[in-house]
Amino acid sequence: MVNKKISIVRKLLALLVATGLFSGSFSVYAITDIQTWQTGNGAKVLYLPSTGLPMVDIRIVFDAGSARDNGISGLAALTNGLLAEGAGGKTAQQLAEGFESVGAQFSNDSLRDMAIVGVRTLTDKDYLQTAVDTLITLLTQPDFNQKEYERELARMKVSVTARKQSPSSIAEEAFYKAIYGDHPYAQPSGGTEESLKRLGLDDIKAFYKQYYVAKNAVIIIVGDMEQPRAAEIANKLTASLPAGEKPLPLPKVKPLSDEKIIHIEYPSKQSHIYVGQPGTWRGDKDYFALYLGNHSFGGSGFTSRLVDTIREQRGLAYSVYSYFSPMREAGPFKMGMQTRADQTDEAVSLLKTELVKFINQGPTEQELKDSVDNVVGSFPLNLDSNSKLLGYFAMIGFYDLPKDYLQTFVANIEAVSRDDIKDALKRRLHADKMVTVIVGSSIGNSGE
Amino acid sequence: MRIYISLIVIATIVLGAVLFIFKDETLQKSASNQTSTGVQSYQLSNGMKILVLENHRAPVVVSQVWYKVGGSYEHDGITGVSHVLEHMMFKGTPRHPSGEFSEIIAANGGKENAFTSKDYTAYFQRISSDKLPICIEMEADRMVNLSLEEDEFIKEVEVVKEERRLRTDDKPTSLTFERFNAAAYANSPYRRPIIGWMEDLDSMSIDDLRHWYRTWYAPNNATLVVVGDVSADDVFSLAKQYFGPLSAVELPATKPRYEAEQYGTQRISVQLPAKIPTLIMGYKTPVLKSAVSEKSVEKWEVYALEVLSGLLDGGESARLTRNLVRGKQLVTSVGASYNPYALHEGLFVFSAIPAGDHAIDVLEFAIKEEIKAIQDNPPAQDELDRVIAQVVAGNVYEQDSSFYQAMQIGILETVGLGWQTKDEYIEQVKAVTAEQVQQVAIKYFTAKNLTVAVLDPLPIEQKKTPASSGKPVAGGRHGQ
Repeated sequence: MVNKKISIVRKLLALLVATGLFSGSFSVYAITDIQTWQTGNGAKVLYLPSTGLPMVDIRIVFDAGSARDNGISGLAALTNGLLAEGAGGKTAQQLAEGFESVGAQFSNDSLRDMAIVGVRTLTDKDYLQTAVDTLITLLTQPDFNQKEYERELARMKVSVTARKQSPSSIAEEAFYKAIYGDHPYAQPSGGTEESLKRLGLDDIKAFYKQYYVAKNAVIIIVGDMEQPRAAEIANKLTASLPAGEKPLPLPKVKPLSDEKIIHIEYPSKQSHIYVGQPGTWRGDKDYFALYLGNHSFGGSGFTSRLVDTIREQRGLAYSVYSYFSPMREAGPFKMGMQTRADQTDEAVSLLKTELVKFINQGPTEQELKDSVDNVVGSFPLNLDSNSKLLGYFAMIGFYDLPKDYLQTFVANIEAVSRDDIKDALKRRLHADKMVTVIVGSSIGNSGE
Repeated sequence: MRIYISLIVIATIVLGAVLFIFKDETLQKSASNQTSTGVQSYQLSNGMKILVLENHRAPVVVSQVWYKVGGSYEHDGITGVSHVLEHMMFKGTPRHPSGEFSEIIAANGGKENAFTSKDYTAYFQRISSDKLPICIEMEADRMVNLSLEEDEFIKEVEVVKEERRLRTDDKPTSLTFERFNAAAYANSPYRRPIIGWMEDLDSMSIDDLRHWYRTWYAPNNATLVVVGDVSADDVFSLAKQYFGPLSAVELPATKPRYEAEQYGTQRISVQLPAKIPTLIMGYKTPVLKSAVSEKSVEKWEVYALEVLSGLLDGGESARLTRNLVRGKQLVTSVGASYNPYALHEGLFVFSAIPAGDHAIDVLEFAIKEEIKAIQDNPPAQDELDRVIAQVVAGNVYEQDSSFYQAMQIGILETVGLGWQTKDEYIEQVKAVTAEQVQQVAIKYFTAKNLTVAVLDPLPIEQKKTPASSGKPVAGGRHGQ
C-alpha cells in the first residue's frame, strides 16, 4: 500500500537526515526535484512532485497583504475574503459547491506580507478539473458586488469588536503599533473600527486590480502530478490575470529610539505581557545566528531558559516564549507570557533580566550544542507532509530565498558559532530600546 | 470570509476539548472522522495494546501512549486531577529526573507534548524513526516509576492555574461554554471541566495525584500507537522489551454513567464583561458507544447524526452558512459540532454570534427553523452527495498527516470502540439515507432535550488609575 512507492518527499528527507551526520555534502536530488519557472505573463512557479497519495495542493501567493493597505487597514483582508463571495456570475453558494461537491478544500488568508488563495484536491481527472476551474473563476473574475461587500464588511466589524474582549488581542495590537510606529506593519490586518468606516468597494476593486496580477504572483504546486500538467494549471491560473507590475518595495522599518512601556488597564485575572522590538527579515545574513541563538533562550519550549526560569522554577506562567518572526522587512522579535495580575512586576523584571543576560552573553557552548542537535535532528519533522512542504516552498518563492534553501539549511545552522550569535545579538537587539506592553489590571486583583 | 470570525466560537469548543501540557499551535487541530487501513495490532501478556500503522513517506515516526483516564473519570472535589497528573508526568522518575525526559527528546531532534481530554490522556513524541527506542524506554519508565514529589507539585499546580486563567477565566466564550456544560448535564461526568474548577485546584494535594497515578497508570490501562517509518514487528519487540516487564494492576470497575433523563429545555444566562453576545444550544444525543451498549439506539442513528452535522456545517456550502450568514444575514458566524466517538452520550452543539443588532432569541429561532426544515423534509440528494464527497476526499487528505492518523487510532481504541471502527466509517456514512437524517432530527432535536446558554455581555469596566485611563500611555509605569 503506502510503502510501495518511495516518494520524493522521502528521498528529500533521507538526504537531509544524512546531511545532519555528514554536514556539508549534498546530493543534487532535491534540487532537481524542485522545479521553478515563470509563466508566460510573469508569475513565478514552484513545483514539487510528491507521489503516493492521489492529491495535490495548489497555492497562489500575492504580495498583497495588509502591508499594502495604504492607510485603509483591513483593505487587503477584505479584498482577499471577497474573492469567494461571488465571481464570474456565480454566487458564493455556487463557488462553494464547486469545491465541496468534489471534496476539494478551498482556503484563503491575508497576512501582513502575503495574500493567499489555494485549494487541496484529489487528482482524479474530473474532480481536479472542477476544483481548478472554480479556483480560476474566483481568482480572475471576482464580482465584488455591493451586497457581499456590505455583509463581509459588517462581519469584519464584529471581529474588530471581538478583539476588544480579548486581552491578548489588545496586547498584540498595542505591541505592533508601538514597535512599528508609522510603518504599515503597525496596523492590524483585520482593520480597525475607524479604518473600516472608510473602506469602500472602489478601494477593493482598485486594490485587486493593482495587486492580483501575474507578476506579483507566486504559484506553488505540491502533489501527485506530472510536470506538464502542473505547468498547464499554472498557465491557466494566470492566463486571465493581467501581467501587471510588482509593487514597489515596502519602506524599511525604523529602529526604536527609546524604551517604551505601555500599560493598558483591563479587568482580566492575568496580565498579558509582550516585550520586543523589530527583529529580522527573510534573507537577512544574521538570520541563522539570531534564530539559533533564540532557540535555547525562548524558542525550544521545555528546554528553553525562559520556560525554566518562569515556569519550571517559579510556576509563574503556563506559556512563556520568545521568537524572531522574519518578514519581508524586519518582523518582530517578541517575548511573551501571561501571569496572575499581582505577579506582573516580578514577571516583567524576570523577563528583562533574562533578556539582558541573553543579549550580553548569548547561549553557553552547551546550549548552542543542544540547539544545533535539536534543530538539525528535528529538521525532517518539518518536511514530512505535503502541507508542510507547501508552506516552505511558498516561503521560499515569496521571499525570493535561494532555491536550495532547504538543502542548505542544516549546513547554515551548523556553520553558526557562539561568537556569531553573540555578535549578532549585540548588534541587533537593544535592551534599552525595547517596547513592553502590559494588558491587565494594576489594582486590587490578587487572583485567587 | 473564512478567516476571522469562525475562530471565535469554534475555538471555544475545540480548545475546551483537549488541553496540552505546552502551548503548540500547530498541534491544536482536533481529530475528526475518516478512515484508513493497515493497522497491525499486538497485545502484551500484561494487557497493554500495541497498534502500528506503517507509513514510509518520510523517515520519521509519531509515538503515542494513551491511558484510559481523563476528566470524565473524575468526581466532584478532585476535578482537574487527570490533567495536573499529565503535567507531573514531565517531573521525573528516579532514573530520569525532572526535565530529563524533555532534554533527551530535544537532544535527539524530537518534539513532544501531551494532552488530556474528557476520555483520555496521551503522551507523544515525533522523532526520527531510528530514535523510537529512546521514547519507548522513557515512556515505560514513567508509566510506573513517577517520582511525584510535593515541591514539584506545588509549583506545577500554579502553572495549571495560570493555564486555567488563560484558557477559561479570561475568555468570556470559554467561560460560557464551561457553564453551558455544567448546566446541560444532570449527572454525566461531562458536566465538569477537564481543567478542573479553580476551587478544586486550590485544594488539590500530592496525595490526590499519587492515588490517581497508582489507580490508572498501568500497562493494562494503556495503548501504544505508533505511526510512521517503522516495521510493526520491530515496534512489537521494543514494546515487549520495555513495557513487557511491567505488571498489570487491578483497575477499578467503571460505572455506566448514563445521563439521567431531561425534563424540558434548560436555560442559563452568563453575564460577563464582554463585547459580543454568543449563543450556545445543545441537544442530548447518543454516541457510537451508546449504540453498542444501549438497546434504544441503533448504530445508523449515530452515522445519520454525523451526516446531519455535515449537512448543517460541512463547509461554506452547508446549510447554516448558506441560510443564516449569507441568506438571512442574521449571524456573523455559526457552527454545529457533534462527536460520535465519546465514551458517554453527549451533545449536538450549535453556536452562533449575531450579525448587527439581531437579538439572541432571533438567532435561536432561526437555528430551530433550520432544524425544523430537516424534520419536515428529508434533505436533497445533492446535499448528501457533497457530504460523502468530502468524507471520501478527507480519507485521502488525512494520510498526509501521521499525527492525525495516530490520533484517530488512539481515540477509538481508548474509548473502547476499537481501531477497526475507522475502517467502516466511509461505508456507514454512505449508507445513510435522507429519511434517516430526517428521523434523527425528529428523534433527538426536541425541546425536552435542549439546553441553551447565552453570553450576555456586561460593560468592560476600566479601573481608573492616575497612570492610565484605559488608553495606551507611553512611559507609564505598571504596578502600585
